[in-house]
Amino acid sequence: MASLQDIIVLTLAAGTPLVMAALGELVVEKAGVLNLGVEGMMLVGAVVAFIVAADTRSAWLGVAAGIAAGAALSFVFAVLTLSLLANQVAAGLALALFGVGLSAFVGKSYVNAVIAGLPPLAIPVLSDLPLVGRLVFGENPLVYVSLLLFAGVHWFLYRTRAGLTLRAVGEAPDSAHAIGLSVVRVRYAAVLFGGACAGLAGAFLAVAYTPMWAEGMSAGRGWIALALVVFATWKPWRVLLGAYLFGGVTLASFQAQAGGLALPSQVLSMLPYVATIVVLALISRDAAAIRRNAPASLGKPFHPDA
Amino acid sequence: MILVRLEARPTPSRVAAYASPFIAAGATIFIGGALFAALGMDPVEALYVFFVKPVATRYGIGELLLKAGPLMLCAVGLAAGYRANVWNIGAEGQLTMGAIFGGGLALAFPQSNSPFLLPAMIAAGAIGGMAWAAIPAWLRTRFNANEILVSLMLVYVASYMLSLLVNGAWRDPEGFNFPQSRMFGAAAMLPILVPDTRIHAGFLLALAAIGAGWLFMRKSHAGFEMRVAGLSADAARYAGISVPRTVWTGLLVGGGCAGVAGVLEAAGPIGQLLPTMSPGYGFAAIVVAFVGRLNPLGILGASLLMSLLYLGGESAQIALKLPSAVTGIFQGAFLFLLLAADVFIRYRVRIGRTPAIAPGIAAAE
Repeated sequence: MASLQDIIVLTLAAGTPLVMAALGELVVEKAGVLNLGVEGMMLVGAVVAFIVAADTRSAWLGVAAGIAAGAALSFVFAVLTLSLLANQVAAGLALALFGVGLSAFVGKSYVNAVIAGLPPLAIPVLSDLPLVGRLVFGENPLVYVSLLLFAGVHWFLYRTRAGLTLRAVGEAPDSAHAIGLSVVRVRYAAVLFGGACAGLAGAFLAVAYTPMWAEGMSAGRGWIALALVVFATWKPWRVLLGAYLFGGVTLASFQAQAGGLALPSQVLSMLPYVATIVVLALISRDAAAIRRNAPASLGKPFHPDA
Repeated sequence: MILVRLEARPTPSRVAAYASPFIAAGATIFIGGALFAALGMDPVEALYVFFVKPVATRYGIGELLLKAGPLMLCAVGLAAGYRANVWNIGAEGQLTMGAIFGGGLALAFPQSNSPFLLPAMIAAGAIGGMAWAAIPAWLRTRFNANEILVSLMLVYVASYMLSLLVNGAWRDPEGFNFPQSRMFGAAAMLPILVPDTRIHAGFLLALAAIGAGWLFMRKSHAGFEMRVAGLSADAARYAGISVPRTVWTGLLVGGGCAGVAGVLEAAGPIGQLLPTMSPGYGFAAIVVAFVGRLNPLGILGASLLMSLLYLGGESAQIALKLPSAVTGIFQGAFLFLLLAADVFIRYRVRIGRTPAIAPGIAAAE
């Protein structure tokens, strides 16, 4: 039987890719852009991180490459929706389909490759402390990165002038434009940040969480991240809460399978998806709250002439 | 200051709207050639292997139509919803549900030689797809839950359900433990239309769906309401059009069509239930719907094109040793390029400096 500490450590790890991807998407949506292509960017981030980690034997280089790949893919989306004013829903779907195909294509010859991966921290003495040693000092390094990311996003959005600008662009792009803010430039930056975060989430999956590459290995986490942003009513701390909640559900389904629960594995594997649907419905039920919290210009293209 | 800028057209350009899929197709082929060249292949030969060789024989043409059928069905159903801004992206799951419902009927009556079995299976497939699409419709209208995310999540749930069935209750006892059902009886199989091909009677149903889709969108009152709701939800409400009803219609039509596509795959080329019933037709149909301009006739053409991308991927796998996932790259790139080309529908490209308009005139614009 796993100890409470083990359960918490595993839950944090299972929730971490969701924290990363959902925080990135939160910033994108705060700027008024809806990028549905998180799943695609995550997969491309994962495959690129894995390939670079396998070829250079450096997991950290892999992570950096995954981040860059996610950002590069999001740039295509940014050009389409921000410069060419394409429909954001359609462009996001295209990005998701393209990312799935591209990652399967480039990753084909790496399906059975083995890498060392990024092991959890092991600080002498500290990580072995009873009760909290692994929890505080023995997480995967990228788990700490995700917490820094959370702190950074929260600080940026609510404590800096640039964050205020970003939120202004999302709430009222016309007013922001009128007072001389560059709506398009701010949105480009937000979309690239979101892509980098999705790439990081993918890199975490392929290099740290389960060091391997398999087609479609993100298994819908990119879509769950999108649902989390709604669940969180666009508030970073609720993203954190929601991500760990889902991490817990995923973990519970693994544990139940390993523990030989008398339910077929498929039923348990459905759990995270069913949970997403149920939670999404419960949160969205209060339409007024969603309208109040959602960035007012979410999904609407901005053109200064229009 | 800006050298290249976009200027809004007073009215959308019809010419650009029809030209853009062709521009996108041309650009996709060009980029595909560049990709092949970058991989160190002769681009002309690779493009020939991809786009011409698969359809150079009668069997090949049959395969083209065989794969275009489910794409047509799924896309025409999705387009009905997209017109009303109802974003069902879970056709893949609705297709799977259709296969489960229709296939389940075939497995329940293995000895039947009733002529009603096949029609009953198709009806069951439609019901399965509609039931699956009813979940996002209900959650959207009752709980305001985003149908994009719900319909997509249900793709995973449906695929696990099918896996559960073919690994458990419906597994072929003589199938050496492979996760697959028994083969369907002869009465549960669609007849072949053209000898020496795999093209089956289901293709006629797909064509009929195109026709029905055209009638629905262009001639029916419900189709008109869907289009109004898509253009402006406020205008629709003001005109007394029920937005929840357009959501239900959009999702049920999409789900029903995808469900039929699923059962036709089961009763056509596959002939049993497997853990995966489609190579992503439900997702590719999203591209087909957009490329076909949400117009049934356009969808007819676009699904042939998309089917060719599937065949090209298979052909490239055999002849060029490329992973067949290259199909997904082409599909995604095609949609990207289409969306890029679509900018010319609503905007004109102006090259040169921003004209110095007096602030008053600029504000009036």
